[in-house]
Amino acid sequence: MSTAGFVAQYRGPFGKQQAERLLWRAGFGAKAGEAEALTHKGLVHAVHSLTRPAPYALSGPEPVDEHGRPIAPFDAVGHDHLFWLDRMVRTNAPMIERMALVWHDWFATSNLGVGSQRLMLNQNEMFRANALGSFRDLLLNVTQDPAMLVWLNGNQNVKQHPNENYGREMMELFTLGANRGAYTETDVRENARALTGWQGSVVNRQPTAFTFNPARHDPGPETIFGKTGSYMWTDSCNLCLAHPLHPSFFVTKLWSYFVPTPPDAATVKGLSAQYLKDGYKVLGVVESILMHPDFYNGPRMVKSPVVLNAGLLRMRGEYITSSIWWSLGQMSGQQLFYPPDVGGWDETRWLDTATYRGRWFIAALVQGADTPTDTPDDPAQIVARSIAFWGNPTVSQTTQTLLAEFARAQIKRGARLGDVETAVRRLVASSPDLQTA
Amino acid sequence: MSCYDCSRADLLRRAVAQAGRGLPAIEPGMPLPAGTGLTRREFLSRSAGLALAVYGGGALTGEAFDHGIAQAATDQAAGQNVLVSIFFNGGIDGLSVLFPAGDPRYYALRPNLALPQSAGRPFGEDDRLRWHPAASGLATLHDEGKVNVIPAAGYANASQSHFTARHYYEVGATDATLRTGWLGRYLDVVGTPDNPLQGLTLDVALHPSLATAKMPVATLAAADQYLFAPPGLPPHPLEASILQEAANIGAAHATSSDPALATAGSIAYESHHLYYQLGNFKYGFNSPVPYPSSSDPFPHRLAGLAAMIAGGLPLRVVGLTVGHFDTHATQAASLQRDLQLASDSILAFQRDLEARGIADRVLIHVWSEFGRRAQENASAGTDHGSAGIGFLIGTRLKGQMIGSFPGVTGGLDSAGNLVPTSDFRAVQAAILEQWLGADGNRIMPEAQPFQRPQLLR
Repeated sequence: MSTAGFVAQYRGPFGKQQAERLLWRAGFGAKAGEAEALTHKGLVHAVHSLTRPAPYALSGPEPVDEHGRPIAPFDAVGHDHLFWLDRMVRTNAPMIERMALVWHDWFATSNLGVGSQRLMLNQNEMFRANALGSFRDLLLNVTQDPAMLVWLNGNQNVKQHPNENYGREMMELFTLGANRGAYTETDVRENARALTGWQGSVVNRQPTAFTFNPARHDPGPETIFGKTGSYMWTDSCNLCLAHPLHPSFFVTKLWSYFVPTPPDAATVKGLSAQYLKDGYKVLGVVESILMHPDFYNGPRMVKSPVVLNAGLLRMRGEYITSSIWWSLGQMSGQQLFYPPDVGGWDETRWLDTATYRGRWFIAALVQGADTPTDTPDDPAQIVARSIAFWGNPTVSQTTQTLLAEFARAQIKRGARLGDVETAVRRLVASSPDLQTA
Repeated sequence: MSCYDCSRADLLRRAVAQAGRGLPAIEPGMPLPAGTGLTRREFLSRSAGLALAVYGGGALTGEAFDHGIAQAATDQAAGQNVLVSIFFNGGIDGLSVLFPAGDPRYYALRPNLALPQSAGRPFGEDDRLRWHPAASGLATLHDEGKVNVIPAAGYANASQSHFTARHYYEVGATDATLRTGWLGRYLDVVGTPDNPLQGLTLDVALHPSLATAKMPVATLAAADQYLFAPPGLPPHPLEASILQEAANIGAAHATSSDPALATAGSIAYESHHLYYQLGNFKYGFNSPVPYPSSSDPFPHRLAGLAAMIAGGLPLRVVGLTVGHFDTHATQAASLQRDLQLASDSILAFQRDLEARGIADRVLIHVWSEFGRRAQENASAGTDHGSAGIGFLIGTRLKGQMIGSFPGVTGGLDSAGNLVPTSDFRAVQAAILEQWLGADGNRIMPEAQPFQRPQLLR
């Protein structure tokens, strides 16, 4: 794997704020002291500690519903969301879960069209296993993945009448991108023919045998990107990967999950070269992005709802003890396993007045109803204690000043001190500071 | 004054009173501007004084709330035309909604999916066509002269990508890089910086058509679903103050040079603002007509919308989505279900508006990103096509087709897709000009070359 020299690397200070940004964008936030500890490693080792984790392990209690019963991820509505949220909270390798989330958005499959939580969770495990491996393996696995075969009708794509759904999105969303001159409508139709042959379906929520049936496959020949052959589904994947416009699509899309500003031309060129030299491996490209100057010098990103949810739980050392999180995920605009469509979630539009309400509830419910009995009557101390409650994240002076003014006004009008402190806790978690990283 | 005007006035008064009840909670102990017994001017000045007293430097917050409430209460806002944009998600098969029953070619292209020659009701304007039985609600409104059917909406070299095609319709241009919606740009011209309700999405997330560059817009799941008391927790004694302070902290970040912080700040502020604007509606509403009963939120959203318009809330453009019309497989059943729900809900909404006496102020625009291929596929479904069907619905419409039906004999392109007979930009610009009184070419420069259809009587 190539590690250096393809693109610029960040040379500025690697302090608490840089470490916090890294932990939020390549994981699910920082517990108390975690960001400070990461700064001592320096940039490169800090990144590697996330991208090259120790063998995967979970710690903490198993997830349960509000009755204390084990969750039922394959069967109960929303427990699929709880299952994955729990992984995000309890994993020792948050970057693996973050990358699984990237692939879930990249190859966005919705259980609305699949109808089997088991197949969705199988796909999820496949994303986890291929989190930082080869994009070629990932694409080959996705193309024969039962959930995807059902979702984009690959299981109904037969030689007599090809179904174009998967063949189109494979080019448009997964490997090449629309409006770049990479392919024509004829390529879409020919690609669909090359992909014919898969069968299998979900009957009464149970998957039947998903297999490749040569009798359903179109023997061709097909002409794709001007090359003619008798193509199989594997050829279809390889032709897209070998397309000259694939590397730039891949690195630009991957970049967009970690940095809100688009990469410049030199960066796209450098990352593409790294990607090809690495033989379609993801790890090196991701590490270059996580060490890039734009990652640290550029503007903040809005945290996705599940990232925020998992992060707040981690900050508090809380675990999954309620099934409410899946409906709050829905309310805040990100119910896992139910992306809005095959294009995935719009990472630039997480926030509106409807999704804000879901975030408000997430913050309030992670915080819970406990009220301290030892709150001091000093506004500055109340603010400091409330930030410490969330593990001492960096909170801007603007916000801290307003929180202190609020606490002072509430004390003056005779509010109970404990109520003032819990109010400030809620305001810290819902502040623009904590909604972004 | 009709009885519906009475109830409208009553709703309006209660909305103001509710907002007035919300404000003093900022600072208990202050005089209560309950609305009753006060003129609007007195109420506004007192609440403004109150908000200013509390926030000093944060005067923006208090003033803006008052302004929003004032708008909600003015007859000017209440008399404004409203556009309701309904997205049929996924590319609905126009060739099923209005199907060419008289054309043998249709039966050759659709051996499994073609509807029987006698199904549905005849379409009065073109005797080749019949309505899908599930579209009976639209057929009824069409018979009443309240529907302009757009049988083949599209544009040259149509994209068959959901995302690209939908984006073109949303931004009102064939420009993949544009980031503001065609209705968002309209709001940027005519809107105000303190009225999120002017561009309302009734959905779980903002409709990109309503994405503005500078004016605030609102999104909520439904009129009666905008409360902030966290489920399962006892009410916090300072709940209202916390909400108000979250808005205040938001306002302080709304001007940040960091775009993400500024967005997070603006949304916090606007959410609180919307909470007050909604007044009583966040606790429920009553509809004068029945709506379809469904687990799908669409009919309930429309019912709440009618109540909000009748209640005088300052809405200008509203966005909703219905259905899963991307019918690549087993199209017949899912199209039947979703079209029936959409069509019945729209009929109920229209009847609701008529019963409340506000139908003349509301125009519905139904659109979808493309139509579907004339030839069915082997999965008893249809793949992406080009020209698609759309509708304008309202009491003031001409009730005539915009463009003709091109037909599956002679009207298909070389790829077997329906050719467009009207350009989507011409229709959008005509709505801006003839319904909303705006400058269509300024908001949609790409529409300039296209002749506008005459929409209204």
